[in-house]
Amino acid sequence: MVEPILLEFEKPLAELEQRMDQIRIQAQADGVNVTDQLAQLEGQIIRLRVDLFERLSPYQRLQVARHPQRPSTLDYFQTVTDDWLELRGDRCFGDDLALVGGLARIGDFNVVILGHQKGRDTKDNIKRNFGMPQPEGYRKALRLMQHADRFGLPIISFIDTPGAYPGVQAEERGQGEALARNIREMFHLGVPILCTVIGEGGSGGALAIGVGNRVFMLENAVYSVIAPESCSSILWRDTKHAEEAANALKITARDLKRLGIVDDIIPEPVGGAHRSPIAMAHTLKQTLIHHLKELTSQSPEELRAQRYEKFRRMGAFLEAP
Amino acid sequence: MSLLDWFETRKKEVQSPVPQPQQQREIAEGLWTKCRGCGTLHYTKDWEINQQVCSSCGYHAMVGCRQRIEQLMDPDTWEPLDELVCSLDPLQFTDLRPYSERIRKSLQSTGLTDAVLTGVGRVLGKPLALAVMDFSFMGGSMGSVVGEKIARLTEIATQRSLPLAIFTASGGARMQEGVLSLMQMAKTSAALERHRSARQLYIAVLTHPTTGGVTASYAMLGDVTLAEPGAMIGFTGPRIIEQTLKQKLPEGFQTAEYLMEHGFVDMVVQRAKLPATLVRLLSLHGY
Ligand SMILES: [Zn+2]
Repeated sequence: MVEPILLEFEKPLAELEQRMDQIRIQAQADGVNVTDQLAQLEGQIIRLRVDLFERLSPYQRLQVARHPQRPSTLDYFQTVTDDWLELRGDRCFGDDLALVGGLARIGDFNVVILGHQKGRDTKDNIKRNFGMPQPEGYRKALRLMQHADRFGLPIISFIDTPGAYPGVQAEERGQGEALARNIREMFHLGVPILCTVIGEGGSGGALAIGVGNRVFMLENAVYSVIAPESCSSILWRDTKHAEEAANALKITARDLKRLGIVDDIIPEPVGGAHRSPIAMAHTLKQTLIHHLKELTSQSPEELRAQRYEKFRRMGAFLEAP
Repeated sequence: MSLLDWFETRKKEVQSPVPQPQQQREIAEGLWTKCRGCGTLHYTKDWEINQQVCSSCGYHAMVGCRQRIEQLMDPDTWEPLDELVCSLDPLQFTDLRPYSERIRKSLQSTGLTDAVLTGVGRVLGKPLALAVMDFSFMGGSMGSVVGEKIARLTEIATQRSLPLAIFTASGGARMQEGVLSLMQMAKTSAALERHRSARQLYIAVLTHPTTGGVTASYAMLGDVTLAEPGAMIGFTGPRIIEQTLKQKLPEGFQTAEYLMEHGFVDMVVQRAKLPATLVRLLSLHGY
């Protein structure tokens, strides 16, 4: 297994683990039996890790959600599906590698599957534009979703983007229009839609594949109207308040569950999805299959109405009686 | 303060008479108004008669939503809807100032309850459901109130088989409501989808400036899209693009005219011609 890249707040724990390894090596060399003490120490470390991840601050969770080794959409395509075939292109302009999708089988279900794709390394990240789609990415997503609708296939989307790409060409080709159309058309589709925020849910670029009958978040995923860093520069007028912004914006899975935006939080392995990608994929797959079973018995009208009511309720305001 | 006390105070603030924007301006700027496009000084009364459009250079200054409704709708036909829907502070959000304080300030300075007015009325005799945004209320940002009012208006238009027009002016989503503000994009688009499926006409009228979450929802969902001359329209604001790309933006980037050239706007229409254009569109659709 690849050595996990450690986040700042994990380092004290990692030092403890290192010391444990040193003790083990030393004890072996000296021929001393310390198995019991080591087991005890190991148990302590696991409890510490559970405890640490239980109480992560929103800003720390953001770091986990953006972890360079966090499983990406394509990783889940491979681990969650029993078969999958990539389809490419928006049929208008091009093929955006920051948003991938295709046909798949999960358990007994044929589905259309799609999601934002961040790069797995620097080179891949450049190819994938760091998971920030251009309008053609969103138009490809719409093409795939309408394809699903035509063939009665449920749609499964994975959300993991810093946001829709902010650039001159993106504007020229109608980034706003592409997002808006996707959001509206997702309300029109008559098949089950299951959306899961697997990492970063970045604003309109996330929502444009995020209008689901079910919306899930992985435990350490975040979902926000704006990146805390950008929020800091706009509202605090400097970049030093990202941590405060992350707190204020309420971006964690628990926050979103409380606000009535997500239906369920999917638990992650201790230390985050990247520590045990296969276990993560297994949990995710079970959740998806469970809800596919629930939703596929519903008529297109029921599915549309359920989706409408769900999003129609979102918001908080005050009104004179 | 209990929620109810707070709401009562809020309601009084809403109902208390506020100085007319016109009077305010005369006091603040005297009898003359300077065009921000070319610097020409206009006699304020002429400036108002000309609907805040410069007679020398054609610059369209921003218009408040009350004035806009007066400019558009036939006198005595306007029935306002949902006038007492107010913003809450669901996240207890504080940046440099608490959100609740920002709302209070905007309420006092604008006399509006939030960044949009909605209602039903007539344009040159033809019924129309209308929403008008106002940039002076927290930059026209879209929070729960804007989303709710636009969704309700759209639902009423669907029920009554009315055409709908939305005048946009917005800096985007209201960050102080976090992800709840993001979801207003979904809520409004959902209502528009039903209006569309009922085969009713929706006209988006884009005014300066229209950006962010509003652009990525109802601003770009018109069956027909109009824009005022020179209006800045885009998803990402020019400043952020410039910072990201570290390069100069093309001439006229993200103006109404630029959007028309790139296929996202049907017509750039001068303010004075908007009522007549709306009516032609309505009648050409058989309304
Ligand atoms: Zn002028």
